[in-house]
Amino acid sequence: MEGVQLNLISKERLEKMSSMEKLRMILDEVKSGTIVVLESGLTPEEEAKLIELTMLEIDHENFVGIEVETYPQKSGGFLSKLFGKKEGRLTVIGPANKLKTLVKRDDLIKALVKP
Amino acid sequence: MSLILRIKKKFNVIFKFLRKKNRMKIGIYGPPNAGKTTLANRILRDWVGDVMGSVSEIPHETRRARLREGVTIEVDGKSVTIDIVDTPGLATKIDFHDFLKYGLSEEEAKRRAKEATEGVIEAIKWLDDLDGVILVMDATEDPFTQVNITIVGNIEARNLPLIIVANKIDLPNASPARIKAAFPQHTVVPISALKGLNIDTLYKCIAEKFG
Repeated sequence: MEGVQLNLISKERLEKMSSMEKLRMILDEVKSGTIVVLESGLTPEEEAKLIELTMLEIDHENFVGIEVETYPQKSGGFLSKLFGKKEGRLTVIGPANKLKTLVKRDDLIKALVKP
Repeated sequence: MSLILRIKKKFNVIFKFLRKKNRMKIGIYGPPNAGKTTLANRILRDWVGDVMGSVSEIPHETRRARLREGVTIEVDGKSVTIDIVDTPGLATKIDFHDFLKYGLSEEEAKRRAKEATEGVIEAIKWLDDLDGVILVMDATEDPFTQVNITIVGNIEARNLPLIIVANKIDLPNASPARIKAAFPQHTVVPISALKGLNIDTLYKCIAEKFG
């Protein structure tokens, strides 16, 4: 059957992985054409690192980058402000030539997946 | 990141603040074509009589970060001296085909795309060496882009002072209100860097936030 593969990664699985393990897994899957859905998303630092790694892997022929769909971070409480720990939110990442954002609001994201 | 590392990072921010540096290093960030270099040029022209770099309608015109040290801004008798870093536009994708539409040859477009990817990496690396950020958004565009969300998230995580500039208000379809609604927790200053509209309000805000 032809189609686009979707990998839905649970929060529990993501919590067991280091940042680099997560980013490597995401990039490898996305480069192979898979759309990756992360239940708990990435931290802002991980998002920046993902963009950095993506730039290193763009080859201008087969891989031109990624499309990331996520909601803005929610403001945390006192402890989260003190220790800087912010949990990511549901995030969808795919190859830029397959995933296209249609509408993005703070509480709604519409995207198109091209076969 | 471990708890110890997070605490260490947090205390570094506090110590940095307590050291009260004489001059803050302020990065100008944003997606490609938001008007970052136009704003940097406007600030330098107004206060130094110089420019930062060339601007173009072709995205990723700035592909290397540029630093200008010791820019003194005076507002209402208060003066603030800052170092300005004009950074390349951040993006999650760079396709050389997009540059062909502007009449570039394939070779030029590929070279520009390669340099643009290096520029994005440089811009991200600069985040660790800044004391404050001016985030430039195009007020005619949807503000909920991944680049804007990632930049704001990283600035918040680093506890850096932030001014969001809603640029291009001289254009008829500009909506700074949309940017204010998207990031209500931050100061948003609507301006036209090209025409100089409301630029004094931005200078006042810079003096307050970074002074």
